[in-house]
Amino acid sequence: MDLLRFLPLMLEGAWVTAQITALALLLALVMGFTAALMRLSRYRLLRGVATVYVEVFRGTSALVQLFWMFYVLPHFGVNIDPFMVGWVALGLNIGAYGAEVIRGAIQAVPKGQYEATIAVNMTRWQAMYRVIIPQAIPNMIPPWGNLSIELLKATSLVSLITIADLTFRARQLNDRTFETVEIFTLVLLMYLAMALVITAGMRLLEHYTSRGLGRGGI
Amino acid sequence: MLKTIENSAAVTQAADQNQSTPPMVRFDKVTKRFGDLVVLNALDLDVAPNERVAIIGPSGSGKSTLLRLLMTLETPNEGVIYVEGEPLNMMPRNGKLVPADERHIRRVRQRIGMVFQHFHLFPHMSALGNVIEAPIHVLGLSRQEAVTRGEELLEMVGLVDKRDQRPSQLSGGQQQRVAIARSLAMRPDIMLFDEVTSALDPELVGEVLSTIRRIGEEHNITMLIVTHEMGFAKEFADRVCFFDEGKICEQGPAKELLTNPQNPRTQRFLQAVLG
Amino acid sequence: MNIWDWEFAWRIMPLLLDAVVITVYATVLGFAFAAVFGLVLALMRRSHRPWISLPTVAFVEFVRSTPLLVQIYFLYFVLPEFGVLMPAIVAGILGLGLHFSTYCSEVYRAGLDGVPRGQWEAAVSLNMSRYRTYRDIVIPQAIPPVVPALGNYLVGMIKETPLLSSIAVVEVMQQAKIIGSETFRYIEPITLVGAFFLVVSLVAMMGIRRTEAWLRQKVLGSH
Repeated sequence: MDLLRFLPLMLEGAWVTAQITALALLLALVMGFTAALMRLSRYRLLRGVATVYVEVFRGTSALVQLFWMFYVLPHFGVNIDPFMVGWVALGLNIGAYGAEVIRGAIQAVPKGQYEATIAVNMTRWQAMYRVIIPQAIPNMIPPWGNLSIELLKATSLVSLITIADLTFRARQLNDRTFETVEIFTLVLLMYLAMALVITAGMRLLEHYTSRGLGRGGI
Repeated sequence: MLKTIENSAAVTQAADQNQSTPPMVRFDKVTKRFGDLVVLNALDLDVAPNERVAIIGPSGSGKSTLLRLLMTLETPNEGVIYVEGEPLNMMPRNGKLVPADERHIRRVRQRIGMVFQHFHLFPHMSALGNVIEAPIHVLGLSRQEAVTRGEELLEMVGLVDKRDQRPSQLSGGQQQRVAIARSLAMRPDIMLFDEVTSALDPELVGEVLSTIRRIGEEHNITMLIVTHEMGFAKEFADRVCFFDEGKICEQGPAKELLTNPQNPRTQRFLQAVLG
Repeated sequence: MNIWDWEFAWRIMPLLLDAVVITVYATVLGFAFAAVFGLVLALMRRSHRPWISLPTVAFVEFVRSTPLLVQIYFLYFVLPEFGVLMPAIVAGILGLGLHFSTYCSEVYRAGLDGVPRGQWEAAVSLNMSRYRTYRDIVIPQAIPPVVPALGNYLVGMIKETPLLSSIAVVEVMQQAKIIGSETFRYIEPITLVGAFFLVVSLVAMMGIRRTEAWLRQKVLGSH
């Protein structure tokens, strides 16, 4: 079967896709939390910077951001390798969406919880990371699950800046062979499989965190 | 329990003096369960043409389920419901009764109308729009005919000046009267009233009850009325059925049963309701 | 060489604006397709016949879980194998439409689920058919509340149109790349493209928020 001939290259591509997804997700989490907390800050400057970040990265297209970093940054003498451009651009993009998810989840924590932290004289910072964020996390997980799927799908864009991910391999094999139907079907199924893994992982995480909260609440 | 069933059979026969015409509605050993909960337990009930039956009983006794089964909003687990001798939830095929298909149900259901506790008017249509929607699209009336019929009915329920108002601009009592007009516009032979005044503010109950009285005077319609208004039941209904735990516990002519109940459970219920 | 050349930016503007027409064209047609087919999918998913609803669920989940870029390739490279030949722009619009129809179908689903049960029961009591009930009673009530959510996906779609550059449709992103490769200046064209999308999304978001406020007021005002 010809499919077996394709498989090694495709698996190589899938591994690149998985790496970019993981690295970008980490960056998105960091950016998301940072921007969300900045947007909830008392300081106007911090709020302003975070708002500009969120609006710019949500408002311009992911592919435009990717191309900008790929084609324009070298113009300023900044030379990063395409792989890093790939995960950084996607991480920044998803991070902007994630910031809104995190902000929403934090704001959804009942007001009484804030008031209770003031009553026990916690600092704002203590209140945030000891009381508010732990309660907000279970609410964040389902939307972050969706964002992770969006990220996985968006990683296919890195094939357009010469990175040999799964989509890149599909086009490469398609140009070399005439097995178009088999190649693209297989690639779609491999993406589906990765998406299912992410969904399953998020379910587990959701189960684990909400159980933890329930126990803490008793 | 045995005595109750005999009792109901006796009443049924009394109501069904003319044996050649089938009852307008017949429940034949109808059972309805929700999971493990038996809501109606092998219920038998006959309603004669043009008879007005009030159904009373504590909440959860299965009285609304009775109406919902007849309206085909629920399907019985066992038993057959007949509308003037014709099975509703079942249909004959090769000499046997099989579960009815959508076509059969729609044909038989055509004769039944229902008014709900919470009105369920269509919020995106005017009062007149609510009334003419089904006559046009289900009965196939022309718009002109439907509007004429709709205006007559709105006139009857005293709301012709509100014809262009949306339901949200009407009071609860007005909404319920539009709902009654909407149901009447289909010219049903059987009308079901499911606690139609329970969601209304007390001062609005009267207008809805007098509308029902007026239908009773002007139309020949068989009526099944689930209600908590005992005074209304006493003067309007021909017969009262007291439901408890999925069964008809006691039934009889309205004035008799409500003034002089025999069954201790009926007595207790009426005492609690009438205070 | 200065970092930003206003004169160059000004010079390439007409070229980019010409390409914006293609971007808008693809978005409008793609979204029209998504909005209509999404409703069809939502209704199929609610069908009582499992041989209709189950494949619909599988289709929606599959399309939502796989990259739009690969789907566009699939339409562009695979369909010709079966004798279906189409210009790149058509494959692109079809890809956008199919992909977003699955998102729209979830939006409609929420809208349809939001119509109270009593509305269905009233329709049954008037002996209306299922088709008539959907057409006159349920769909007219299900759609207005979800218009803002659909609007979000319209904005989402316009930001995905640059993907059509991958099959050589000369929409605004592809035009920017062409300009870049011919002049060796990428900063102006790509930044302008980014600014275009930013302005479009910010304006659209404002419009969506207005619509939301209007809908909320309409609901509140009706009580």
